[in-house]
Amino acid sequence: MSSKSIQGTGGAGRAGDKVFSGITLLAGCLILTVLFAVAAFLLWQALPTFTASSDDISGGSGFLAYIFPLVIGTVIAAAIALLIATPVGIAVALFISHYAPRRLAQGLGYVVDLLAAIPSVVYGAWGMTVLAPALVGPYNWLADNAGWFPLFAGPASQTGKTMLTAGIVLSVMVLPIITSLSREIFLQTPKLHEEAALAMGATRWEMIRMAVFPFARPGIISAVMLGLGRALGETMAVALVLSSGGLIASLIRPGNQTIAAEIALNFPEAYGLRLSELIAAGLVLFVITLIVNVIARWIISRHKEFSGAN
Amino acid sequence: MKVFRIGRTAAVLSVAALALAACGSDNATNAAADTESSDSALTGTLSGAGASSQASAMDAWIAGFAKANPNASIQYSPDGSGAGREALLAGGVQFAGSDAYLKDEEVEASLGTCGPDGALHVPAYISPIAIAFNLDGVDELNLDADTIAGIFRGEISTWNDPAIASQNEGTELPATAITVVHRSDESGTTENFTEYLAAAAPDVWTTEASGEWPAELDGQENAQGTSGVVSAASSTDGAITYADASAVGSMGTVAVKVGDEYVAYTADAAAKAVEASTPVKGEGRPELDMAMELARDTTESGAYPVVLVSYHLYCTTYDSQETVDLIKAFGSYVVSEEGQAAASEAAGNAPMSAALQEQAAKAIESIKAAS
Repeated sequence: MSSKSIQGTGGAGRAGDKVFSGITLLAGCLILTVLFAVAAFLLWQALPTFTASSDDISGGSGFLAYIFPLVIGTVIAAAIALLIATPVGIAVALFISHYAPRRLAQGLGYVVDLLAAIPSVVYGAWGMTVLAPALVGPYNWLADNAGWFPLFAGPASQTGKTMLTAGIVLSVMVLPIITSLSREIFLQTPKLHEEAALAMGATRWEMIRMAVFPFARPGIISAVMLGLGRALGETMAVALVLSSGGLIASLIRPGNQTIAAEIALNFPEAYGLRLSELIAAGLVLFVITLIVNVIARWIISRHKEFSGAN
Repeated sequence: MKVFRIGRTAAVLSVAALALAACGSDNATNAAADTESSDSALTGTLSGAGASSQASAMDAWIAGFAKANPNASIQYSPDGSGAGREALLAGGVQFAGSDAYLKDEEVEASLGTCGPDGALHVPAYISPIAIAFNLDGVDELNLDADTIAGIFRGEISTWNDPAIASQNEGTELPATAITVVHRSDESGTTENFTEYLAAAAPDVWTTEASGEWPAELDGQENAQGTSGVVSAASSTDGAITYADASAVGSMGTVAVKVGDEYVAYTADAAAKAVEASTPVKGEGRPELDMAMELARDTTESGAYPVVLVSYHLYCTTYDSQETVDLIKAFGSYVVSEEGQAAASEAAGNAPMSAALQEQAAKAIESIKAAS
């Protein structure tokens, strides 16, 4: 009787296994199909841009000349965002996982997760109406005192709607992603490693450096890459905050533009070749994101063996 | 116990049924009354596409039209003027909204899809564009076109520049730097504003008019949409921008020099400028067509030439009588006193003048079915 029932559940389990693996396979294929369909759509719609004569493209000197400043602008915005958000995000995550009293840590983690749920339009509106005007003073100061440095060359924007402001807004949006992922990783550090380090006489900071960081490095990199993905593709916040323009080195003058914002601003009234041009810009953003992700995978796989995660 | 429960359920159900029945009969009488009062036999659906500038006015028209004709419905997708014209010429929609009239080659294409007389332009949405500035203690400035163009090109860079001061004696002008804020998205407002500058100040504004701000004026402040430029300009001391007059809020505005006097924006002044404009005539344009070349450099007294006119484009001939009836009913509602009032309440634009309304109604009456 008992052996029969065991066999019975075994049979059902095998069937369940098959169904479940079938479902996961389907899900895996679906994501590939969607990705492929998006790429195919972008390529198909962008095709007229690549075959058009360069005079007809916006700017009048070909698609490369049109897209290049946008690519640079996108990278600058994302770089500023990560430069600010990565150290802050890791510090906040460390505080929550290793320094804060437990009750405070729980509350803090919850608040950080909440940041991720705020729609980007709200961030954009905040950046446009609150942050930008507040930064006019500091920008003027920067232009006066650090104007010799090309990044802070004046005259500073009088509305505060600059690349630096956009980058700061983006960093706030990226922060919760980096923080919550890093926190999860930090919490998973093997207790034995930590205790061993402490037993050797390490201070808490030394323990974190010797036990937590090496273990968490691939996790931190994936967290930063996820954040980068959001920063690269963010549309509304940049469109609202940035005073766009041509390529310019100074971060406190109006100028520069990101691909996503360029598409959002011009899509509503675009048709014909202009539409295809914007979709081609979208294709370029797609490719950039793909490259960034591949590089991230490569870095993670290179560091895996030293991490102690296996 | 069980009996009680069944009884209770039955009671609840019967009450619910009564309530539902009451609701039902109520609705029925209402609907009957509605159809009786409007005695409209129009049925069917019209679809249109085009300019986003008239989108909020269009919402008001659609709502007003639906009230009078509950069985007919109008759809409008604000895809942009160019997309709307293209869709009309391809036969995808029955009418289009456009901030610009058809170019000659588009007129030629319309002869194929819109009947032997081509497409018909009817002005539907007139909106003055205000030139607004944020300067402490100054509510109105008098400026001529050359000065305005100089300011927006960045050639005049402080508020106490002699070019501004000489036209505004008695106004205390600070030495604040001028911050120009323009639209970052492509828009009909930019197109009409630059058209004015190019026509009225050809020596200073040497760039062709376009929906996108000239790329050569790189490095100026900009923001998305009417609300964006207004918010950026209102929070920046010394800023100047251009926007739909209904949206400028408490900022100071520019009275534009026309002829020998300075004219502030008003609905009447905008309508006057439209009346002073010359109709576009040419091969393939129907006789009653109302496409017009706006007289941006007009010297007519009391006209405010910085104005946006958005058209409705109809075919002169449709295949079925049913469509023609719908188009005529909708088109004449839009240009009627009532339709214009509804739009200006919703969008804050300037209603068309009586003369213009009459002319538009006549043009719409000429639409006919293919025989």
